[in-house]
Amino acid sequence: MLGFWLYLMSDCLIFAMLFAAYGVLGGNYAAGPAPKDLFDLDLVAVNTTMLLLSSITYGFAMLTMDKGRVAATQAWLAVTGLFGLAFLSIELYEFAHMIHEGATPQRSAFLSSFFTLVGTHGLHVTFGTVWLVTLMTQVARFGLTEANRRRLMCLSMFWHFLDVVWIGVFTFVYLMGMLR
Amino acid sequence: MSAHDHAADHGHAHGGAAHGSFRGYLIGFVLSVILTAIPFWLVMSGAIDNKQATAIVIMAFAVVQIVVHMVFFLHMNTASEGGWSMLALIFTLILVVIVLTGSLWVMYHLNANMMPGLHDMREMP
Repeated sequence: MLGFWLYLMSDCLIFAMLFAAYGVLGGNYAAGPAPKDLFDLDLVAVNTTMLLLSSITYGFAMLTMDKGRVAATQAWLAVTGLFGLAFLSIELYEFAHMIHEGATPQRSAFLSSFFTLVGTHGLHVTFGTVWLVTLMTQVARFGLTEANRRRLMCLSMFWHFLDVVWIGVFTFVYLMGMLR
Repeated sequence: MSAHDHAADHGHAHGGAAHGSFRGYLIGFVLSVILTAIPFWLVMSGAIDNKQATAIVIMAFAVVQIVVHMVFFLHMNTASEGGWSMLALIFTLILVVIVLTGSLWVMYHLNANMMPGLHDMREMP
């Protein structure tokens, strides 16, 4: 578990660098669209809710896992996965909408750093969802074995950690972007 | 704290870190909802006239919420893994602060010093 925690800390540094890049470049619009023209805070609020709900449902999965209840654990994991997919769908909709309006990553330094930072977080959620499905298959085949419990605990840390990074994203990118 | 029947055979796997309790998760969730709703409301309604003040307030909310997540969801404490996970976290936080403040500070001053050049560019047709 300590090894996985160290991996998360290295991931944290990757995000710190992307946040720094966004902080440095985020004001350079190259006469293109600014955050105010692009961001829809209602959408971001819904998105944040999805991720927050997925965090607590994963917590419930861990509690049912502790009690050794396989079916309930699987159910909570499935709910978590659905919230994850909802988050990703909303994010992809947002990206598609922005690209459709000509706000592509090539448009300005602001948009390059925006898509890199938010896209990297989205990729993490994508891989977390793939991992979640993998572990659900593992649990379905072998039950809540010692190895599977440890894997689920690692994914739990990964999932909650992504929620922590998202706090930084919605505050630093979206909310502060609207204040510019 | 949750009952841990198998503490003896897999306690070493996570150094005695608890998985939390229903109550703990619920407290963390409710606090997170409040700590998310207020900054969104502040920005969407423009309750504080001063933009810089709003920015500082929402950043403070973010920091508090990150701590809430660390404690209630990631179960961070000084005891887990014999203190090594906390040590790794503190080390990472120091690096994060250096990376963020360093980059922003240096690039802000670079931009400020480049301003005359930028100004000339804008006057060009």
